[in-house]
Amino acid sequence: MPTERTITLRVNGRDERGSFPAHRTLLEALRQTGHMEVKCGCEKGDCGACAVLVDGMAVDSCLTLAWTAEGAEITTVSGLGDLDALHPVQQAFSDGGAAQCGYCTPGIIIAAKAIIDANPDPTEEDIRVGLSGNLCRCTGYTKVFEAVSEAAAVMRAGRDGQ
Amino acid sequence: MYAPFELEMPGDLAGALHALAGGGDETTVAIAGGTNLIVDMRARRERPDRVVGLGKVGELRGMDFGAERISIGGGTTVTDLLRSPEIAQAAPSLVESSRLFAGLMVRNTATVAGNIACGSPAADLVPPLLALDADVTLASRAGTRTLPLDEYFLGYKRDVRRPDELITRVSWPRLPQPFVNTFYKLARRKGDAITVTGVALTLAAAGGVCTKARIALGAVAPIVFRARDAEALLEGRALTPALIDEAARAAAASSSPIDDVRASAEYRLHTVEALTRRLVAQAWDRLNRH
Repeated sequence: MPTERTITLRVNGRDERGSFPAHRTLLEALRQTGHMEVKCGCEKGDCGACAVLVDGMAVDSCLTLAWTAEGAEITTVSGLGDLDALHPVQQAFSDGGAAQCGYCTPGIIIAAKAIIDANPDPTEEDIRVGLSGNLCRCTGYTKVFEAVSEAAAVMRAGRDGQ
Repeated sequence: MYAPFELEMPGDLAGALHALAGGGDETTVAIAGGTNLIVDMRARRERPDRVVGLGKVGELRGMDFGAERISIGGGTTVTDLLRSPEIAQAAPSLVESSRLFAGLMVRNTATVAGNIACGSPAADLVPPLLALDADVTLASRAGTRTLPLDEYFLGYKRDVRRPDELITRVSWPRLPQPFVNTFYKLARRKGDAITVTGVALTLAAAGGVCTKARIALGAVAPIVFRARDAEALLEGRALTPALIDEAARAAAASSSPIDDVRASAEYRLHTVEALTRRLVAQAWDRLNRH
């Protein structure tokens, strides 16, 4: 049984190929393939800076072995939107100033997207429980909670308008 | 950096059990959510030669809500528990525990079997499961066996599971109505924190008498355990404040906490008593308002 092999990771709709040992985490594999938007924080599942969506579910990429993500749709914060077309969660964080240094922001936005996908009308308590795996050491969480709530409202309005 | 290992990802339970059995002299471990194991491997506390990924083993998923018993696969995630209306109705302590379990991303992958198998005294799903009289089913190529969770733990991070066995299912009997089933996690923060003192309680009553009492305590001894002396004081009696006080003191007396970075042993003893008293009193009050 090999301890290293070439795998294809489907990231933000594009295939990334790389040769990785079995013990390589998804976080390491993503950063090695250029996805620097995925941040390395605690590497223990405490801080959430490395969160990505795997088949729509938010996971800590530091606690995911790269091989196990083969065949899945991986979405990083860059896959949600870009400067020309921000995702409503990104727009709400920008409008509400819900970031300071920004290091935790990619993971928080991924978790926020997952919270709203699971529950389009989250209460503040739902948002707090949902973001309990994301640490921000710069500032408080007030603007973050407000931004998630705002993004959910925008997404509900968009959905109802369709 | 990790010590390298080989990784197998079997597609079904037979394949997983085969992979776990075939290790020879090598150390083989199963990985489910990996939220403990990967951290331990990175710190080199665990250095397996082979790792068997359980992510594609469908037999470990799924919840079965029978008339008599509830049975959930070992691969049930904390998020699965949190999203299940049937669990919320039949075992609210598991939902209360799941809400405060680590963070969202960990809850999405951490499994019931993994939480049991890690053997931590602070494993937050274990007190609720003990207070529900849960059984665990262990499977290997040699066969399966089912035993009470209460007999599963042998000591700090030691259990009866052989290295070739997997926890495939966890099941418990439905509680008699009316009941209260609850879990209180005392920690330094509400989220993303390791438990200082965990108390799970099941209380049932009929005819003004407590017919069933289960008190399971987390993070206050080498293993999660049932406070049997306290339970015995309550069962078969009409509860009074004095009796509840006595049971709370018995729960503290059965604990053997340590000082650690999160709290002192003294504080833990105090909180076991206070939380047991509070939870039992509130539960009894609820049962008698029915």
